[in-house]
Amino acid sequence: MRLTLHVWRQSGPRDAGRFVRYDVTDVSPDMSFLEMLDVLNQQLLGRQEEPIAFDHDCREGICGACGMVINGRPHGPQHATTTCQLHMRTFPDGAALWLEPWRARAFPVVKDLVVDRSAFDRVIAAGGFITARTGSAPEANSTLVPKRDADLAMDAAACIGCGACVAACPNASAMLFVAAKVSHLGLLPQGQPERATRVVSMVAQMDAEGFGACTNHGECMAACPKEISIDFIARLNRDYLKAVARPKPQAVKANGGDV
Amino acid sequence: MTPPTPPTAPTSPTVATPTRSGFVRSLVGKKVIMAVTGVILFLFVVGHLAGNLKVFEGPADFNAYAEGLRTVGAPFLARGQLLWAVRAVLLVSVLLHIWAAIAVTRASWAARPIGYHALTRTETTYAARTMRWGGVIIFLYVIYHLLDLTFGAVNPSFVPGDVYHNLVASFERWPVSAVYIAAVIVVGLHIDHGLWSAFQTLGLNRPPTFRWRRGIAAAIAVLITAGYVAIPVAVLTGTVR
Amino acid sequence: MELRSKAPAGPLADKWERYRSDIRLVSPTNKLKHHIIVVGSGLAGASAAASLAELGYTVSCFCFQDSPRRAHSIAAQGGINAAKNYQNDGDSVFRLFYDTIKGGDFRSREVNVYRLAETSLRIIDQCTAQGVPFAREYGGLLANRSFGGVQVARTFYARGQTGQQLLLGAYQALERQVGAGKVRMYPRTEMLDLVVVDGRARGIVVRDLVSGAVGSSAGDAVVLATGGYSNVYYLSTNAKGCNVTAIWRAHRRGAAFANPCFTQIHPTCIPQTGHHQSKLTLMSESLRNDGRIWVPKRKGDARPPREIQESERDYFLERLYPSYGNLVPRDVASRRVKEVCDEGRGVGPGGYGVYLDFADAIARLGRHVIAERYGNLFEMYERITAENPFDVPMRIYPAPHYTMGGLWVDYNLMTTIDGLYAIGEANFSDHGANRLGASALMQGLADGYFILPYTIGDYLAQVKLGQVGTDHTAFRQVEREVSERVERLLAARGRTTPDAFHRELGRLMWDKCGMSRNAQGLKETLQKIAALGERFARDVYVGGKGEEFNQTLEHAGRVADFFELAELMCRDALHREESCGSHFREEFQTPEGEAKRDDARFGYVAAWEYAGAGKAPVLNKEPLEFEVVHPAQRSYV
Repeated sequence: MRLTLHVWRQSGPRDAGRFVRYDVTDVSPDMSFLEMLDVLNQQLLGRQEEPIAFDHDCREGICGACGMVINGRPHGPQHATTTCQLHMRTFPDGAALWLEPWRARAFPVVKDLVVDRSAFDRVIAAGGFITARTGSAPEANSTLVPKRDADLAMDAAACIGCGACVAACPNASAMLFVAAKVSHLGLLPQGQPERATRVVSMVAQMDAEGFGACTNHGECMAACPKEISIDFIARLNRDYLKAVARPKPQAVKANGGDV
Repeated sequence: MTPPTPPTAPTSPTVATPTRSGFVRSLVGKKVIMAVTGVILFLFVVGHLAGNLKVFEGPADFNAYAEGLRTVGAPFLARGQLLWAVRAVLLVSVLLHIWAAIAVTRASWAARPIGYHALTRTETTYAARTMRWGGVIIFLYVIYHLLDLTFGAVNPSFVPGDVYHNLVASFERWPVSAVYIAAVIVVGLHIDHGLWSAFQTLGLNRPPTFRWRRGIAAAIAVLITAGYVAIPVAVLTGTVR
Repeated sequence: MELRSKAPAGPLADKWERYRSDIRLVSPTNKLKHHIIVVGSGLAGASAAASLAELGYTVSCFCFQDSPRRAHSIAAQGGINAAKNYQNDGDSVFRLFYDTIKGGDFRSREVNVYRLAETSLRIIDQCTAQGVPFAREYGGLLANRSFGGVQVARTFYARGQTGQQLLLGAYQALERQVGAGKVRMYPRTEMLDLVVVDGRARGIVVRDLVSGAVGSSAGDAVVLATGGYSNVYYLSTNAKGCNVTAIWRAHRRGAAFANPCFTQIHPTCIPQTGHHQSKLTLMSESLRNDGRIWVPKRKGDARPPREIQESERDYFLERLYPSYGNLVPRDVASRRVKEVCDEGRGVGPGGYGVYLDFADAIARLGRHVIAERYGNLFEMYERITAENPFDVPMRIYPAPHYTMGGLWVDYNLMTTIDGLYAIGEANFSDHGANRLGASALMQGLADGYFILPYTIGDYLAQVKLGQVGTDHTAFRQVEREVSERVERLLAARGRTTPDAFHRELGRLMWDKCGMSRNAQGLKETLQKIAALGERFARDVYVGGKGEEFNQTLEHAGRVADFFELAELMCRDALHREESCGSHFREEFQTPEGEAKRDDARFGYVAAWEYAGAGKAPVLNKEPLEFEVVHPAQRSYV
């Protein structure tokens, strides 16, 4: 196969960046997309040119490191597939491909196709956890979890934190990512004590990071390699509303004042 | 060099407690405000349509209905009191709806300073993509609409109290009807995405509704659009005159 | 070098509990003053960093990935073992202990393995409390499945993403501490050397992978949780970034490296398709629960699998091992697969593959049951091969997957350098010569949550640590050495890329120090590695600068360390004149082709000591004493 690539090259966060054209030959249909880029990078190094920087690690579709927008679609045209699991047989011979980084203010470009997604980590640090200090756990089977709830929680927990939802969203919103985590933990009995503070803290941090607002286009769900549903966004909204509406528990004293 | 600094300066996460001011500041909160005011405006649109369809029952009934809006609640309420109360609620809703829309739009534009060479659309709808400019169009049209049929400033022969006459006089001119129909279609699109969006934003995705959210929203939008479009069509075709 | 395992005395079942109650504690106010450096953020690193911070220590955690959540533990599919006996099938702590030590072919330390089995119970409790969505039965109880090498169902799982879910649990606990200000996280920061002051580990030198700046971090103890070194083979199931640099650099500073030749080759991976292949993809071992492995009886039979009649198929694992069948341990399965392929009965391109067939299971259980159990694995297989396992049997072939070898540690998980700890896959301790499925997750979390947080206190409570900052001359010295190493790689400006060298090294290692080894091949390979290493130093081309984001430079540094490691692996494989577990020396096998151990001569841990550049490493032996189990020839017949 032969391909024409138009790759976004940007030397750092302050560089303006531009598309550079590369012609790649000797591409096998059995190659993964990243292996095709490996081939190109080896050729570039051979010509003493700078190779294209891109994030990748497990190449099994689970670590969430890889990701680029390929012809306008995060992770490329194949449904429910990360960039690393995309294979060249998906593309016709002679195809022209435009490769761009995730574009969002909250994901500044580090170099070329590599972006900084540490905003996601900070959203988790704000409340995306269940406080279960090591050593404090009760016997695992002492809390029963209906299979339905466990399965739905697992659907949400499948998120790999790649950021394709943000990349695909016309508003660069991170609602699907945050909703998946809020739902995963909120669906389990273990997650109930912190349910209200969790959603409020995570939403506040999400806004502070500069993500846009969700206007329910649904593009995130279409781009998500783990097929996470936007139903979880509705779930986040409901949790958030409940958290704000629910008054702080308090008791009334005999003399009529608050405790 | 002591411990290297992380690549980006982290905004240190803080555990937020649920507060009302935090709610208003958050984008999710603004969306909720938009959804609630949107539902209020939607209810108005439904009520307005139900009333306007009385135009098919003739001038007497239609004018009586218009008068009724002013006298409803009597004798407990003074003339026009409830109408003005409703108008106040509507006005506040419109202002809040627009305020929230502007805030959300600005946040979203700021969230992607550099656009894509191309971003393929797969899931989104025409209605969803036209919400922002559609909203602006509806706002401008509503101003014209009020000047035309409520205040009479741009009506060719405005007669206070004779709403039937005012309506026919205005819609007899085909460009006015055409603009009206176009505006109503924009309203229909706005309702289509807006209703579905409100289901999402207000978290109403419990079974059994959640499978039908999209369909229900679309069906309602089509019905409302058809109802409104019927009026100028009836005037132009002479069914109502 | 003296190897003191510090294994406590007393009855096996009480050792850990008594030891834990006896070791010294650090007072709460003193914990605040201690700074602990954790390198790596996988299951072991993240759980350790979070637990240490919960105890009150000040922690810095480093990882080369852009987020701690991406450490390669995330890719573990099948599950995690625990002796809960929820299935009432006769499981117990002792049975898990025994299975593990037998699975490891009696080359691990009894006390460590027993402690691991004991701790397994608490891990499941801990992870469930954190919200790990383990698979459930309809009644709401936790579900289990069975795994290779055992006859009970003790494996807990979350679809085919158990590693991901466990890591997210640990990551969330870690991020909670980051939010609380107790852990400072350094992503995209790679440890390039260890700093030892007065014989104690006092810090690390790192390179910020974004800016390229070389810097240091000083602390009171250093914990290495940097995983294994399967990438020495280039093609492995490890993530592309996995590397040996952290533990290798620690080894060069004085930490003994134990059993480097014990590397596990996993039987169920997707076969290679061409020379462009950059990594191999594992298909969870759990597939062997329902899939049947076979090859055609006739050599070179190239007919499509469905045209080969039942009578013309050889279900060789079921034939050779009637009681365990397709569920024999990984080392046995891999070797038998290689054997049938070497006989010319392999299938697929180049004959490097055997069938893993689900037709019987689909007929027995129905398509939907198989889809629920393995749906995501089937999809992954189809994406890579464009074949649907519901219609055509999968093709699988062994691939390097896990390394049992690693830094030598005592019962406290401390290496031979005071204050330097190694946990998870980075140490050698619990799996002997072969690891059983679903035990790596168990070990990583046991070390990180429940062992290291106690044992590190024993060290910190008893040593008087002087104030050492990164302005200390030792830090300056090591930073200089690291910078020089970086400069040397950049200055070579040869004609060959680090990737090309890595592939060549990997090929050598796979051929001669992979699934089976022999003395002659190993000797030849030692020479070839030395020659290739020299060529690398001269002819490598990296390009770019040191002070920038430079992925080629990162790779080059890792490959350079793989060269040195590869040499040690071959030496270790050559010296161990026996076959045990994954280490199969062709000269030492039973008439049935099974591994033939030599307990009298090799019943020890080989802990290699670095003797300086160009000098032969020194072999130290820790004899393995078995108080409870009696090493026997493993039998899965």
